Amino acid sequence: MLANFSMDNFNSQSLKINKASRRSLFNAIMTGLSAACILTALVPLALVLFYVTVNGFNRLDLDLFTQLPPAPGLQGGGIANAIAGTLIVVAIATLIAVPIGVMCAIWLAEFGGDDTSIDEWVRFGVNILAGVPSIISGVFIYGLMVKPALPGYSALAGGVALAVLMLPTIIRTTDEALKIVPQDIRWAALGVGASKYQMVLKVVLPAAVPAILTGVTLAVARAAGETAPLIFTALFSPFWPNGITNPIASLAVLVYNFATLPFKPQQELAWAASLILVLLVLASSITARLVTRKR
Amino acid sequence: MIEPGLRRIVESIMNPTSIANDVVLRAKDCDIYYGAYRAVRDVSVDIPQHKVTAFIGPSGCGKSTVLRCFNRLNDLIEVFHLKGKMTYHGQDLYAADVDPVEVRRRIGMVFQKPNPFPKTIYDNIAYGPRISNYQGDMDELVETSLRRAALWDEVKDKLQESGFSLSGGQQQRLCIARTIAVQPEVVLMDEPCSALDPISTLKVEELMKELIQDYTIIIVTHNMQQATRVADYTAFFNAEVVEGAGGKVGYLAEFDETQKIFSDPVQPETRDYVTGRFG
Amino acid sequence: MTVGIPSPPPSSRSRSATEKELDRLFEGTALTFALFILLLLVAIGLLVLVQAWPAVKEYGLSFLWTSAWNPVEGRQAFGVLPMVYGTLLTSALSLLIAVPLGLGTALFLSENFIPLKIRTVLVFLVELLAAIPSVVYGLWGIFVLIPALKWCFGLFGVSFTGPSILAASLVLSVMILPIITAISRDSLAALPPELRQGSYGLGATRWGTIFRVLIPAAISGIVGGVMLALGRAMGETMAVTMLVGNANTISSSLLQPGNTIASLLANQFAEAKGIQVAALMYAAFILVILTLIVNILADWIVRKLQAKYD
Repeated sequence: MLANFSMDNFNSQSLKINKASRRSLFNAIMTGLSAACILTALVPLALVLFYVTVNGFNRLDLDLFTQLPPAPGLQGGGIANAIAGTLIVVAIATLIAVPIGVMCAIWLAEFGGDDTSIDEWVRFGVNILAGVPSIISGVFIYGLMVKPALPGYSALAGGVALAVLMLPTIIRTTDEALKIVPQDIRWAALGVGASKYQMVLKVVLPAAVPAILTGVTLAVARAAGETAPLIFTALFSPFWPNGITNPIASLAVLVYNFATLPFKPQQELAWAASLILVLLVLASSITARLVTRKR
Repeated sequence: MIEPGLRRIVESIMNPTSIANDVVLRAKDCDIYYGAYRAVRDVSVDIPQHKVTAFIGPSGCGKSTVLRCFNRLNDLIEVFHLKGKMTYHGQDLYAADVDPVEVRRRIGMVFQKPNPFPKTIYDNIAYGPRISNYQGDMDELVETSLRRAALWDEVKDKLQESGFSLSGGQQQRLCIARTIAVQPEVVLMDEPCSALDPISTLKVEELMKELIQDYTIIIVTHNMQQATRVADYTAFFNAEVVEGAGGKVGYLAEFDETQKIFSDPVQPETRDYVTGRFG
Repeated sequence: MTVGIPSPPPSSRSRSATEKELDRLFEGTALTFALFILLLLVAIGLLVLVQAWPAVKEYGLSFLWTSAWNPVEGRQAFGVLPMVYGTLLTSALSLLIAVPLGLGTALFLSENFIPLKIRTVLVFLVELLAAIPSVVYGLWGIFVLIPALKWCFGLFGVSFTGPSILAASLVLSVMILPIITAISRDSLAALPPELRQGSYGLGATRWGTIFRVLIPAAISGIVGGVMLALGRAMGETMAVTMLVGNANTISSSLLQPGNTIASLLANQFAEAKGIQVAALMYAAFILVILTLIVNILADWIVRKLQAKYD
């Protein structure tokens, strides 16, 4: 090869990186700043997880899961009634929200294309419902069930308030889950002569069940941590749950109530309840991650 | 087969009327890898100045990959790396102290699919000069670039409209104008006409013949007629299945004057390809 | 395949009437549930307005610019100005903190600064920020953030009582940051890769490309995400209630306590009676209208982006 074949007055220095140029500096600074942004964003997460674990862990004993909260000024006790209460209220919410949400999503995913104007309105409605502040759902149920004494402060009222909040999440995840089901399966079902309801209920829906369950798990975990819709619907109770038409304790409201009490045992219980709520959220998020990645 | 560069020297000595071309870009024994997978092997080619060089070959032969190496656009792919040497005026393009941004300002690129920015026609052209701190009269530069891309008359009354408002062929000429506004030395074109209708294709081809006075052009094309119409030199790339390599490996089969490649190629595979027997 | 064996004719070529009936019933039921969502929204708005009506009649629009809030019987007076002020101030302040941080985070996660695997973990962690219950942030704020702020301000000799607009805004910004990051990242990822290549091909640097091409192209999605975050901030209740101090006063200092509409509702509903309930419903209605406007704008802006690149 003739190395000097292409001699000209090209200045090869001009291609070199100039680390001191304004351009290089600007890029280095911006990269550093954006890395600093994410570090700053994750500091609160680390701090919250750290303090909740440290403060919640020393009350994570058997009493916590079996005893009622102590009277003000007394030691020990547990949050068993609040755990039971959260389970009951969230179960009520799930029983209401899942059928409504799944049916709504079925319409959106399977029939919505037939009537795009209704489809757009319903999607718009779901977006707006997702933006409704959680406290407003509490206010709504207060006006609908508590004030007219139907049945007043109760587990039922709390459950319905949570259901309103769970709906958008369930509708969105179910809609997504149904959309991922391959179109071929639908054609195959219709091709062998299935009616549309048979196709949806026996073929499409079962195929989407794992993804729907993931969405429901996420919604349930979030609902368990919701406090605002419960404080004046389910209220609170220092006793064991007593039917679904009476006020009921819940972990979230317990944290709120006990955090502002000047008694150390109550504050410790608030941290322990927080730890349970955070673990619940953590577990459901990780499960959802793993399930969605498998696909 | 004689080394093409050497052949030209020999020719220029033998035949005094032929002009010895300066080499702008040179690839020497280049292998291109994606991770452990070797996509292209043993590419050695000299790109002469102020000429159109066409890269032809069947799909998957690595001609676009080689093209993108010349302005280091493959750097955007995380697993990409190059073995061998690519030089620009004798300067190693992949030396550790070379700034890819500087490389791309001298070696511009026009893509397969017209990709105007979601900005006005004016701002699309002015984008490149602005990022390289152009100090002169921007209006004048925009007009000159659009004129050179043979687009001025069509857009002079709507410079403030979105680049998306143009037709596909106009968008591609806008992208060419955008590239030459940066005043590069080399323009790489990656199948610039594959998304265009025949009339727009013809316009872009005429444009290339205009531009060749000031620029060096490399064009990747699927279309052999296009190569014969526009290219002074043609490189034929082929691909072969290599056992255990995980796919096809592309290589440079033959490089010569276009006329020679299409009328009297040395390699039988080139002959088969240009006569339409495969590809 | 059963080639060669003639298949028996189907017992009936057309579907039975019941089956067609079931099909129609199924679609009808699904549609009813879909329309139920719209009905629910209307019901929320109407019910709150109806129950607020006594207060609307009594106080009219002056409710909006009066600052007295006195539920004591015989001397009742209700005005929501301090809470509207507090709501807007905490939201604005939290946006001021969360928008740059959230956008910076989104940019960091949408570029290839670090390997994809680590990025995936970071994305998950940022999402987790949004999943932690509001009441847990509140608890953490009371026992960790406020003492830390007190110590910090103490170093400079500034007196800091604790619950305040600042404390509430700081925690709010942590809670809305993941919304901004998630939606900005989505809209950046939705941009066609040709845009980025085109810009690099012209010799633009990475950050030149980000600022001059990618952000302008994704701006409607980013703004939509910020609007959603604003809606969330205005309606966020528990953490704010626990940290804002619940003082119905308008103070120019961020270190002083204040109140928001949502925390007013959280504090007073359980013990309210008579016209106070109506006044609270009126306040709730104002919050509904505020968040509704913000969310409709967000929805509209995000839709505009989707239309552009589809």
